[in-house]
Amino acid sequence: MVEPVVEVEGLARTFKIGRAFSRRSARNIEVVKGIDFTVGRGELFGLLGPNGAGKTTTIKMLITLLVPTRGTARVLGHDVVTEHHQVRRKVGYVFGGDRGLYERLSGLDNLRYFAELHGVPPREAKRRIGELLELVDLTGREKRRVEGYSRGMRQRLHIARGLLHQPEVLFLDEPSIGIDPVGARELRATVKHLVQNGTTVFLTTHYMFEADELCDRLAVITDGSIVAMGTPDDLKKRVSNGTVVEVDIFGMPDAVPDKLRDEADVRSVSVEVRGQSHVLTVHAASGTDITSKVVEHLDGCSIGRLITREPTLEDAYVELVNAR
Amino acid sequence: MLSVSWWLQLKARSRSTFDGVLTLIYPMFFSTTIFMMYSQGHASSSAMVATAIGASTMSIWSSVSTTAAMSMQAERRMGTLELLVLAPRPLALLLVPLIMSMATIGVYSMIVTLLWARYVFGIVIHIADPLSFLVSLVVLVLSIAILGVVIAAASVRYRGAWALGSTLEMPVWLICGFLVAISDLPSWVRPLSWALAPTWGMSAIRAASDGRSPWADLAICVGVGAVYAVIGSLLTQRIVHAARVHATLGLT
Repeated sequence: MVEPVVEVEGLARTFKIGRAFSRRSARNIEVVKGIDFTVGRGELFGLLGPNGAGKTTTIKMLITLLVPTRGTARVLGHDVVTEHHQVRRKVGYVFGGDRGLYERLSGLDNLRYFAELHGVPPREAKRRIGELLELVDLTGREKRRVEGYSRGMRQRLHIARGLLHQPEVLFLDEPSIGIDPVGARELRATVKHLVQNGTTVFLTTHYMFEADELCDRLAVITDGSIVAMGTPDDLKKRVSNGTVVEVDIFGMPDAVPDKLRDEADVRSVSVEVRGQSHVLTVHAASGTDITSKVVEHLDGCSIGRLITREPTLEDAYVELVNAR
Repeated sequence: MLSVSWWLQLKARSRSTFDGVLTLIYPMFFSTTIFMMYSQGHASSSAMVATAIGASTMSIWSSVSTTAAMSMQAERRMGTLELLVLAPRPLALLLVPLIMSMATIGVYSMIVTLLWARYVFGIVIHIADPLSFLVSLVVLVLSIAILGVVIAAASVRYRGAWALGSTLEMPVWLICGFLVAISDLPSWVRPLSWALAPTWGMSAIRAASDGRSPWADLAICVGVGAVYAVIGSLLTQRIVHAARVHATLGLT
């Protein structure tokens, strides 16, 4: 069995929401509700979930930025609460978005600063920064101020920052959020390269294709609980039987999804708003043709594209998330 | 680590033209008000010199007190506060170069105030022992920076503590003898003054400029500053733990 580097048992975190001086109006919200999983050395493990599911809170507990309210977590054998110094020396953390860099400093100065914070000796830091700039394709642009960087360049600089001290486990919290498709593809290539070189990667995302392409194993978290765990293929198998009907609709009545859910052969229904239209996705049980029933329920609506297709990982994810 | 971090933080802070202009203009307003008050009160020339020195060093404290707490809020907004905490070094140690960079900007303001005093108000400042003056200034800057670390640490735990620095700015001007001699303060205030390291640093600066020995004052300043450093270091550990428990390191 592969050596476990992240071990989580019954991990939970509650936040107190309310006014600072009024205990009466404060209320507790349990964002992570006792989750369990392990990540093996050299593995790329993904935590998938919608916004607010508890992905970032989980990652912050594992990298010692938050103290769990319940349960235990060990990273590389160290308890994240009592041995946080040892954990911090061995992990790297990269988050998505524009934040986490000093805008008025150059990319190079940012890397020099964070290398100092992590105690990387100056000579080694110089060599390492050169290598990392090459890895993230920022060589030649490192002397420009970060405020002039594109989002993709910032994200790649973040990755370089997170790798300065050669962490054994790299935590990536929605790293591709807000970057263009080309930037996201380059990012995925960088992550693959890291895993090939032996780094364990813990990734949170809500992009299915990203999880499908990168992850060895993944867990789906929704409303603070893990609802499924396995390889991407395992999860796809959960919905591999049956068919999916996808329809673009203009002016869909609110009651349609619930009426469809009541149909005997329907396994799940989801609706996504895309500009002026709604995309209705209906997953039907194996051996049934639900198309005519869907069209019947949409009588009087303006229907655009209508397709019948095989279920994907995204369908599995939507079904798991909507089942809660 | 300290020197490189100080230099890079100073670089980041010095790159805003707006902040740079404020660093020059802000002490001019205060020093003008103070010099006019003293000259309208027919202060002696030695009192004017003492005031000019006090007003100039005052700007170092202003620079640290107002920005120390706010800078933690800015780090939180930029998402870098979490990265500072994640570094394996003690946070108190990381805060020292950060606050020192602010104190260094305060030294720009100090120079501006001295030039303003000389060329606008005609106050000729004669420093009897420049070397002791310089040493005293360095020790004062360090003692102010350590006090700034304690203020900054408080705002790591409490998001609203950014206002603390501004609240402390003017009381410390008065209590530490930047503007008024400690002997002129009510007797119940004096123990408070003695407990603050900048009081002794300021006293050493005045001694060096008058030609008296500053070393006893400097020794006390270093001693009190060392106590602050120990308290600040222990406090920061507790505060970081509390921030991890109460989730105040990030914006949300």
